[in-house]
Amino acid sequence: MNSNIKEEVTILFAGDSGDGIQLTGSQFTNTAALLGNDISTFPNFPAEIRAPQGTLAGVSGFQLHFGSIELFTPGDSCDVLVVMNAAALKANLKQLKKGGTIIANTDGFDSKNLRLANYPDGINPLENESLDNFKVTLIDLTKLTRECLKDSGLGTKDMDRSKNMFILGYIYWLYNRNLDNTIDFLKAKFKKRQDLIDANIKVLQAGFNFGETCESTATIEVKPAKLEKGTYRSIMGNQATALGLIAAAQKSGLTLFYGTYPITPASDILHELSKYKNHGVKTFQAEDEIAAICASIGASFGGSLGVTASSGPGIALKGEAIGLAFMLELPLVIVNVQRGGPSTGLPTKTEQADLMQALYGRNGEASIPVIAASTPTDCFDAVFEATRIAVEHMTPVIFLSDGFIANGAEPWKFPKSSDLKEIKPVFAKEYTSENKEKFLPYKRDEKLSRKWAIPGIKGLEHRIGGIEKEHETGNISYDPDNHEFMVKLRAEKTQKVADYIPLQAIDSGKDKGKVLVLGWGSPYGAIKTAVKSLISEGYEVSHAHLRYLNPFPKNLGEILNNFDKVLIPEINDGQLVILIRSKYLKDAIRLNKIKGLPFTVDEIKSKIIEIYPN
Amino acid sequence: MNVETNIQKPLTAKDFTSDQEVRWCPGCGDYSILKQVQSVLPEIGLKREEIVFISGIGCSSRFPYYMETYGMHSIHGRATAIASGLKATRPELSVWIITGDGDAMSIGGNHFIHLLRRNFNVNVLLFNNEIYGLTKGQYSPTSPAGKITKSSPHGSVDHPFNPLALTLGADGTFIARSMDRDPKHLREILLRANKHQGTSMVEIYQNCNVFNDGAFEIFTEKSSKKNETIFIEQGKPLIFGENNDKGIKLDGFKPVIVDLKSDNVSENDLWIHDENDRGKASILVRFFDNHQATGHLPRPFGIFYQEDRSCYEDDFKMQIEKASMEKENESLDSLLAGRNTWTIN
Repeated sequence: MNSNIKEEVTILFAGDSGDGIQLTGSQFTNTAALLGNDISTFPNFPAEIRAPQGTLAGVSGFQLHFGSIELFTPGDSCDVLVVMNAAALKANLKQLKKGGTIIANTDGFDSKNLRLANYPDGINPLENESLDNFKVTLIDLTKLTRECLKDSGLGTKDMDRSKNMFILGYIYWLYNRNLDNTIDFLKAKFKKRQDLIDANIKVLQAGFNFGETCESTATIEVKPAKLEKGTYRSIMGNQATALGLIAAAQKSGLTLFYGTYPITPASDILHELSKYKNHGVKTFQAEDEIAAICASIGASFGGSLGVTASSGPGIALKGEAIGLAFMLELPLVIVNVQRGGPSTGLPTKTEQADLMQALYGRNGEASIPVIAASTPTDCFDAVFEATRIAVEHMTPVIFLSDGFIANGAEPWKFPKSSDLKEIKPVFAKEYTSENKEKFLPYKRDEKLSRKWAIPGIKGLEHRIGGIEKEHETGNISYDPDNHEFMVKLRAEKTQKVADYIPLQAIDSGKDKGKVLVLGWGSPYGAIKTAVKSLISEGYEVSHAHLRYLNPFPKNLGEILNNFDKVLIPEINDGQLVILIRSKYLKDAIRLNKIKGLPFTVDEIKSKIIEIYPN
Repeated sequence: MNVETNIQKPLTAKDFTSDQEVRWCPGCGDYSILKQVQSVLPEIGLKREEIVFISGIGCSSRFPYYMETYGMHSIHGRATAIASGLKATRPELSVWIITGDGDAMSIGGNHFIHLLRRNFNVNVLLFNNEIYGLTKGQYSPTSPAGKITKSSPHGSVDHPFNPLALTLGADGTFIARSMDRDPKHLREILLRANKHQGTSMVEIYQNCNVFNDGAFEIFTEKSSKKNETIFIEQGKPLIFGENNDKGIKLDGFKPVIVDLKSDNVSENDLWIHDENDRGKASILVRFFDNHQATGHLPRPFGIFYQEDRSCYEDDFKMQIEKASMEKENESLDSLLAGRNTWTIN
């Protein structure tokens, strides 16, 4: 049997949103990861749970990039396109490289499916010359699956449901993978239905055997990646956010209270956290977005770590309460897993268009710290850091993730709990015969933050509220000079966080050069890949990636001035670029994409070359 | 030797009074409620540090600033939600929510009903003055239809809420009504509300002497009080009237007013109040007639309904304790590692 060795492969699984595409994709991902490949994934699905079958609108995709080299993106285009029906082919063919492989379920190309995919009458792309530039493998999945299960006693509907296992088995054969991980998964998933376990395993093996028997093509080998030494697991961004919150709560000695209302694409954080009640995690599914944040504020007032999460529309509803938390000066972490906006926008697609909302989306002068994660695994570190700032600086902090990294997976060299930094809340002390200092709720320390005075402690009885307050005492004050003083003081407190965060570092490239690509959030992988590639071609280009969006690291202005040009790629219509221009008077160049999709490496490379000074 | 910290002097109302100047309008009904709350707390026997008052926005919501306890004056309609988060995480605290008809019934309506169904063990004092006071006199969700206000010069076309019927509909477990002008009654109700395990909802008729003066006059003034109100007590017949000469009898599901002198009825025939009877409570909360209608029923004051049901915070805590016992040895490290790992050497 022939076997080709490849450094990296991108597979795109596509089919109806009811075809089990996400499951197929994530199973292959986990198996690839366990074999030591580097991975990067991009699930892309419609907002409808079961969109009309067979239509272009109903196509769900799962793109997986795996390799023996380090990978930072799910791939600009794919080597293999697996399509369950005609609509999946039509919607995704442009993603396939010239000479790439199409694996098509012929049963999904009957006249009905062709019509639903808007192919002209009598045209079947599998039967004409339109796919001549590609290698095409045809499999009648329905027929083979039913044949395989004819003695199982299952109904046709149940039989057809397992046809994704046939394709998964076939792809496992194609890439020399064993089936153990998926078999274990099936046993756990259907633990109450032995018949379904048997059927799915049988079909999975049949798919694998089909590859072996047909030897239609040579198998492809992708060796383990030479990642940094250590122990790894595969993780998605939302999972990493959940674990980051649990770790931060434990490292600060606080109880985690997570008040939230379900919303795509943030709900998975709730699903994940609600599993960990044994770690003392308190999840509260509130009646609405406002109640979710308010309950978290109540929990923080009581001495817990209050966290709330949503996506853009929900954050809009929480705006007034974020302002309250800012006035109360209580710790609160606000997670925004961004999606396409405005309004309901594109619930299942990614966007970075809530940066201005995070910075300014409140009434009055209410500047709070904003932290953004750049990759699925970075969600862990970034949300841990957001929590540290919230607790140690007594302030609400916004943590920005987005649909792309929330649902994307990658290998994670997870930390040891002993390596995580302690987070140190500063509590006000009980009034005793030794400690007779009158407690002032808004007395500040060198960080300009006040002390956390928890109900239940004698002598610290105090009132806080949203009305303007007198300096130090916290009593209601309408005094004009006091108001101006307090507004400036709160702004200074937020800016002071810059003294307690690391300086900005250059991620790839030199400290000085012709072009700096300045990014934030999920375009990290595409920017990194583009910049490294151009550096190897001799370009003087560097990449810096911002985790701290408010306040900026203190040396950012200096870094910007070390380059002739600054390029800012964003999945929005240009938001960071406005901030950089206004704060540093730097003529930064924008690169924007607002398609609900991440950048490709090529898009960023082309733009760098276009603006590169001669 | 200084021994002051060792002596537990009984607290007085003064100990619950903060140093802040009370800024309600002179003559406002809120003063009387504040005074009753401050004088009831010492009797309850809790320490100041164990008590938290949380309010939303509106005249009544300034209340926490006047209490020498922990307190939060939050945002409009959200005190109930904030209190939920506090109580869920600190079940041992005594949490009091101060709200008004606009705060609880209008902008905070959603949180209000969800607080009730979850049955957190908190006390809700709803100051109902049937008007928006702090915004200077617009009709509220409890203003009667036809009410002429600044925002309804032709009369309000809104049908008003009946707060207690709403509470019962949302499965509230303690439903009571009192008034600012009857301190003794208010005191008793507050004590009972505090005792109840679950959300205690106390509607307090409160006179806004600036924007809605006299809204409850008919229930509070000596000349009409006896005929227009009925004070309900557990196990006692429903009797009211100038000389306690009128009673309420149930004719099927229909309450009927009977004349105890002339109608040949004895007290034994009357409706005997039973706080635990949900069916009767649903009729009682509907004693909500316009007092100008002929044959209208008197407005009841007292405890309409009381039920024992488990509290959210207790179930919440129990679930965590159970999960912690089942998997007590899972460390943060094993959580971070998950189930499938691989090692690169």
